[in-house]
Order: sequence, then C-alpha cells, then structure tokens
Amino acid sequence: MPLNQLSWMTGGAQGSGVDSAANIFAKACTYGGLHVYGKREYYSNIIGEHSYFQVRVAETTVRSHVDTVDLLVTFDAETVIRHGHEVASGGAIIFDPALRDTPINKLNTLEPQVTKPLLEKLRREELPATMAGVLKMAERRGVKMFPAAYDDFVNALIQELNVDSSRAKKTLNTLSVAVSLGILEYDFDMLGPALEAQFKGKTKVIAMNIKAAEKAYNLGRSQFAAQFPCKLRKVKTAERRLYLTGYQAIALGKLAGGCTFQTYYPITPASDESVYLESHEVFPLRNDDENGRDPETGSIVVVQTEDEIAALTMAIGAALAGARATTATSGPGFCLMAEGTGWAGMNEVPVVITLYTRGGPATGLPTRHEQGDLRFALHAAHGEFPRLVLASGDIDEAFHDAVHAFNYAEQYQTPVVHLVDKALANSTQTVAMFDLDKLRLKRGKILSEAELASLQNGGYKRFAFVEDGVSPRSLLGSKHGIFWNTGDEHDEIGHITEDPTNRVMMMDKRMRKLETAAGEIPQREKFNFFGDPNAPVTIVSWGSTKGAILDAMKVLQDEGIAVNFLQARLIHPLPADEFADILRRAKTTIGVEMNFLAQFAGVVREHTGIALQHLIVKYNGRPISRDEIVESVKNIVTKKTTSRKVVLTYGV
Amino acid sequence: MAFELATSPVQYKPADYKTEAHNDWCPGCGDFGILSSVQLTLADMQIAPHRVVIFSGIGCSSKIPHFVNTYGIHTLHGRSLPFAVGAKLANPDLTVIAAGGDGDGLGIGVGHFVSAGRRNVDFTYILFNNGVYGLTKGQASPTLRLGVKTKSLPQPNINDGVNPLLLALAAGFTFIARGYSYDVKHLRELIRLGIEHKGSAYIDVLQPCPTYNDINTKDWYGGDDRKDPQTGKALPRVYKLNQNDYDPMIGPNTNDAEIQTKLGHFIEKAMEWGERVPVGVFLKNDTVPSYDLRIAERIKNYFDAAPARRTIADAEGKPMADLAGFFEEVRVT
Repeated sequence: MPLNQLSWMTGGAQGSGVDSAANIFAKACTYGGLHVYGKREYYSNIIGEHSYFQVRVAETTVRSHVDTVDLLVTFDAETVIRHGHEVASGGAIIFDPALRDTPINKLNTLEPQVTKPLLEKLRREELPATMAGVLKMAERRGVKMFPAAYDDFVNALIQELNVDSSRAKKTLNTLSVAVSLGILEYDFDMLGPALEAQFKGKTKVIAMNIKAAEKAYNLGRSQFAAQFPCKLRKVKTAERRLYLTGYQAIALGKLAGGCTFQTYYPITPASDESVYLESHEVFPLRNDDENGRDPETGSIVVVQTEDEIAALTMAIGAALAGARATTATSGPGFCLMAEGTGWAGMNEVPVVITLYTRGGPATGLPTRHEQGDLRFALHAAHGEFPRLVLASGDIDEAFHDAVHAFNYAEQYQTPVVHLVDKALANSTQTVAMFDLDKLRLKRGKILSEAELASLQNGGYKRFAFVEDGVSPRSLLGSKHGIFWNTGDEHDEIGHITEDPTNRVMMMDKRMRKLETAAGEIPQREKFNFFGDPNAPVTIVSWGSTKGAILDAMKVLQDEGIAVNFLQARLIHPLPADEFADILRRAKTTIGVEMNFLAQFAGVVREHTGIALQHLIVKYNGRPISRDEIVESVKNIVTKKTTSRKVVLTYGV
Repeated sequence: MAFELATSPVQYKPADYKTEAHNDWCPGCGDFGILSSVQLTLADMQIAPHRVVIFSGIGCSSKIPHFVNTYGIHTLHGRSLPFAVGAKLANPDLTVIAAGGDGDGLGIGVGHFVSAGRRNVDFTYILFNNGVYGLTKGQASPTLRLGVKTKSLPQPNINDGVNPLLLALAAGFTFIARGYSYDVKHLRELIRLGIEHKGSAYIDVLQPCPTYNDINTKDWYGGDDRKDPQTGKALPRVYKLNQNDYDPMIGPNTNDAEIQTKLGHFIEKAMEWGERVPVGVFLKNDTVPSYDLRIAERIKNYFDAAPARRTIADAEGKPMADLAGFFEEVRVT
C-alpha cells in the first residue's frame, strides 16, 4: 500500500453518527490537500439499520469506490460482521474489544441472507458465531487487528471534563476517526478544522471532541501505526477546491443558473436538494448595490407541495409567469408528473425536472442506486412532444448541467429532464472551484412589452408558426401579450382547434424544436470522449458510472489494455451521427449501465442501428465499482466471458 | 399593488373582456351566467385584461378561459389550483382566478383544493357546481347526493355528495361564498369580493346543467314546482343570506366566543339544502396571513423582486447570483 492511496470505511447504526464520522475524516484529508471520493449507503430507515460510508483518498482526483477496504473503522459489532470480509489482506480493522463476544444471531438488523452463509463459514473454520469469530477469520487472511477500548476514552473524558456519560459517548465517532488518523500518521492539526466544520459554532462540543481525539490519535499512532504500512501525508496545492455532495452541486447549479422557483414533494434521494435550497434561499447578487452589498437580495422560493402532481404543475405556473422554475423528484414522483410533462410539452413551457433515479419499480429500493428510469424519462406522458433529456456523470457535470438544463428549457421552450442518480446524489467528492464567470444564461426568445406593442398583423401569437419551431414567448402579465394555453391542440394564439391541417403544422412546429436544439447545442455539452481513439476497446455509458469507468481505464492501461470511453450527456436528442461515427470505428464495444435491460444500449441501437457487442449491467442496488469494471472488461477482452451480457453483483 | 387601476374612470368595458373564440356550451347552460359575471366583474373593477390570468381544469366549464380576453390557461383535469398558485407566487402582481367544475375540483383535484386552503395564496377559485360530469355525458359528480338519480345515471347515486362549503372551511379558505349562476347581479358582487379578498377565496356557484342534471334544474332552484297558492308565483329555493342575521366577518377584533358562534352559523347555513338554499358570503376571515406575506417574512424583497421578475443575468448572460458565501461553506483548500 503506497503513500496517500487509501480505501477507508466506517459504518454503524443509522442515527449513530456514521455520516459525521466519515465527513470528519474526509474533511481532515481534504484540508491537507488530498483528494477524496465518498460513497454513502443506507437503508430506508431512520434509526437502527446499518449504514456505511467508504472514503477513498489519493493525491490525484478520485472518482469512484473500490471493492476492498484498507482500513475498516468500527464502533459497533455489525460493521465488523458485515464488512470484515471486504478488508484487504494487509489491511486492518479498528474495533471495540468490549464487543468481541457479541453473538451474530442477536443482531436483529442482520438479514438471514447475511447471517446464514456467514455462520456456515464460521462453522467450517471452527470459529465462534460472534464478532470475534469474524475478526479471527479476517486475521487468518492477514488483516491486522487494532482494538480500541472506547470506554476507557469515554471514562477519561467524563472525569477530566466533568461531562455526563451520554455526552461523552457522543464522541465515539470522533474517537474512531482519530484512532485511524493516528494509525495513518496523518497531521493531527487537520482534525480540528474538520471538527469545527462538522459541529459549527458548538464550541463546547468541539473542545470535548478535540480532547477525546488527542488521546485516541495517540493510541493509534503509538500502538498500531508501526504495523500498518499505509500512510497519509499532507500535500501542497494551489487549487481552490470544494468538497461537496452531488445534490449540493445541483442545488448550487440551479442558483447559479438563475432558478428562482423550486417545488418538491419529499422523496429519497431527491429532497436533500430542496432542503438545501430552502436553507440557502437568500444570497447576495453581484454588484447589486453601490452602497455596499445586501446579503439578501437574491433569492429562491422553495415550495413543498401536497404531491408531485402539484410540484410539477406549480412549477409550470411559475414558468409561465417568467420564473426559471423547476422541481426535483425521483422515480415514483416522476410517475405522477407524467401528465404535467405532456402539458408542458404541448404548451411549450420551459420547465426543468431534476430526476434522481433510484431502484425501481414501485417503491423498489428507495435508498439504493439504479439507472432504471432512462426509458421512462424519454417516454413519460402520452402522445408525442419534444423534450430534452440530459444526464450528468459526476459532481462537476451535475453543477454545469443544472445551468444547461434551464438554458435548454428556455431556448427550446419545452420540458427538460435532468437525469442524475442516487449514487451521484449521495456521493461526495473534491472538485475544483466552479467558475461562475464562464457560465452564460440563455433565456431564449422572450418578448418585452415594447416588442409586444410593436407587433403588426393582428398582434401577438404565442404559437406563431416559425421556421425553427421556437415562437417568441410572452410572460403572464405582459401588456399586449395575452395568449391562451390549453392541453387541447390549439391554433397560433392558443385556442382549441381540431382542424387537421393546423394539427399537422402545430405538431411539425413543436417537433422541429428538437432539430433546432440538436443543431445549436455545442458538442461538448452532448458527450465526452475519453482516451485514445484507436484503442481496441470502446466503452459506452452514461450517468454516474463515469467515475468508475475513468478510474478503471487507468488500471486497465497499466495492465496493457487500452480503452476509450464514449459518455453520453445529452440523451435526447441523441447525437446519433457522432455516436455512429465513433462506434463504426470501434473494434470492441461494451455498454455499461446500472439497469437490467441495458436501456441506453437500446437507445443507441434505435438511433444508430448499431448494437453494442457486449453489455455490462448491474441492478442489485449498489453502484458499479472501479474494480468491477476492470475485471469485467478484462474478462471480455480475454474472452473469458462468452455471454454478451455480464451481470455484476458485488455490494454490501 | 394587486392590480393596475385604470387612469380614467372607465377604461375597460365589458366587451374588452370578451373573445371571439367559439363557445360550444349547450343552449341554456348555467355556465353562461358565470362567464358574464366574470367579465362584468373585471370591468366593474377596471383590472387591465393583461393583469389577469384565468386558470381552469378540464370539463365544460373549464373552457371558460378561452372566452375571456385575459391570459387564459386551460390546464389538466383537477390541476388548475397548483398551476394558479405557481403563477401567483412567481408574480404576485397578477390577479389570479381559477375556475372549473365540481368533478374537476372536488373529485380528481380535491387534494389540491384542501392543500390550497392551508396556504391561503391570494387567488379566487370559482367552482361551477352542477352535480354531474357534463362533458363525459352526465356521470355523478362529487357534489351529487346519495340516492339521487339524474338523467343519465343507470342507477341512483351510490356515493354521497361532499359539501364544498364545509370542506373549504375545514381546508382553511379564508373567503367562502356561494352564488347562483342565474343571478348575475349577485354573483358579480361575490366575485368582486372574492378578488378583493387578500387570501384564498372560494366561490361555489350553483350552476344547473340543462342537459344532464334533471333534478337540480333552473326551475327547481327557482321553485317552479311550489307556487304560492294565493299569488300563483313560484317560491324560489335560492335565497340570500341576510346581513342582519348572518355576519360572515372574522377580523382581528373578533373574539373566540364570537368565532365559535359564527362557525356554528356557518355550518348550519352550509348544510341547509332542499327546501331552502342559501347564497351569499358565508365567511370572510381577515386574520390569516396570505402565503405571499409568509414568504416576505423570509425573503424581504419578495414583492420587489418576485421569482418571475428577477434579473438573473447581466447583459452578457453572466449569472447575477453571487454564491461565494455558499462555496465558502464547502471550500476545503
């Protein structure tokens, strides 16, 4: 294990501070100039079920998780039992020795699918059916054992700081993190700011945690560090860097993109974004006041609606009035938005739907990852109307696509679905500071009252037949701009008509906007192409698999397998000609996506006539890791895999 | 300013609120009375046509936006309220009216009806209440009472009817009234009061469907079946709530005991049906802050820079938002 290369994991019961622990660790790393990528897994539950957080650390950008853990940091028995087998030989487990004898059978949050094979294995190895048995099994594989008697630390805190035991016990996460930082011989001073960031303003809590951390850090450093080869060291960087979660990036992108109206109905994993926006509803504007800036002149109105039907239709109402309006939801909510999406398409309303996909169908796997809604995003609602669908591959793209989505919506006056997914929404990453100066907001054709007043030939026509299909908009309340909307087919001013000639002209006009969009949207916003164009293997994918694929390409390159990667960002209208060009030149093509049907491979075939030769899919609710891509691509290249479709199944 | 007042006393005539769109309502439909009431009210109030937006759902009555020369948004079945609320919150200067039938608003859309009451957004909802789904050939609507068999029902109604006035009260509407589509003079007064009310106004309009509701007909409301034996004149069922014995006002000075009494009267009158059917203002509660005021508590310049009227980019298209402070929260190096 080299310097500054680490896969770290912590876990525990939901509500016990797993997220805090992981964020404290990750932030401590980032403050020292290191890059991190964090993956969060949790149950659809408030308190008690197992959640865990894997953090990868490196000196260069990290984009994905891996299937092995170097340092497993635990403060409960279940985390050892669930993840003990993931720790690499040469890795280590930090655990509470007081929990050694915890019987596996007594942990009612462990599913029989986990305990049955595990108990069987322990029996075969003649080990006790307890946490100690699991530890021993790992030890036999060469995993180091680092016991940390948390009770001793807690008792010391109670005595030294005179705090009650329930408060002192709340430092458990910090203790485990500090032990791990000691083992890694990382600069202790990085922990202080991480704790301050986590416990904002709670000076007493921060002081207590720092006190607790010191002792735990020293234990790690003095007792265990010598046995653990992997170390973390601060590195210098001049880069201005952010450490944030996917949903935060999208929310910030919406604010940068001039969104002033967001609706939502609570749903996992989409509502984090809306809650973030509501807690950041006012902000300053650039150069907004010569007498000193008012910190509250910019704002967004966030409305929690009664359901997703209201969420979308309310956003449409706001969009008609002229606001950049949006809603955020996930699969079940988007089902309820189907009719509204069609109405917005029929009435050419610019509205953005941020769709966070998760395991489906029905309630599916509400807190787990999947990309199973691609076809639904492309086809939701009856009838035919233009829509744009874009998919972000990582946090940086998610921020920028949030801006693009509003531009497209207003430029082409139609609903835009911004597809992101659970893995992207909940993972954390270090990224370079976003540059707002480079962003441009394009509002499309909106007529001012003066322009409306100057119109000849009977005045304003909302749905005027124009060549590019995009008729200039008037906003509700504008003088001389009165129009009508209806879900019925309509004439140029918006009144109902069932006339067959008008129908054809109106359908053609609406659908023409897709051609206009395809012609105007720059190629860099449509797709990315990574790697050597002449590489013998071409991976085709979309969405959050991007990180695992890019990280895997490096590993494969080191092993002598050159791979290039076509990442779709604009799913609809798909840049079919460009895709066909690339795919015709490719020697071996592999589609990678997180669903059963390989939906995007089907879309590619539909639009290019080209069937990808191999498919790698995964639908167990856990995102694809770098390691899985490496292994499955190798198996395809070496012809070890003979079936066209490879189904990945790893995950805890 | 909630609406733009004309400079001269009469700038807009009723004709200015009319369109040339073909009206395909059945002859004698109660909808016509509501349509003229809306047009006359807007002229009465001299609200510039472009300041008004009429939202509707789906059904015969929901075609009304096409016949009024204001912004007209004919939405989805049952969804007029969230559309209307979205527009009003994005631009609080608009005069927002929602209109639609009882099936639309109290069947498929009833969830939005209840939720709208919780918000008290400043808009006026006019419900065309005729007891049937006209456009789909006369099925029972949510206001048709149990056991009633209107013309095209194969069996008497197996569901009971919801009482829209009581539901509006429970939901939190702060202005609740009922009108009769054949009394335009009275109805236009109710609509004016509804628009003037700062908050969510619900106006239930008894609107006979001449084609499918052969029970609650114009003659039935007018009492044609029960003539005064002496004068030979019909004894109308519809009567107006009398200001002298029914006071709908709840203001800052109304005490709890008075509120109890008023709500008791409300329920009593809202449930009166059959021999006598009251119309008029049932409730006007001025003590509940409207939603825009609640927003303005948090977003101080909400009225000056509402979501639809913000400058979001400079001339070059660069974002106006300065997010440096938010980036600082997540900046690590």
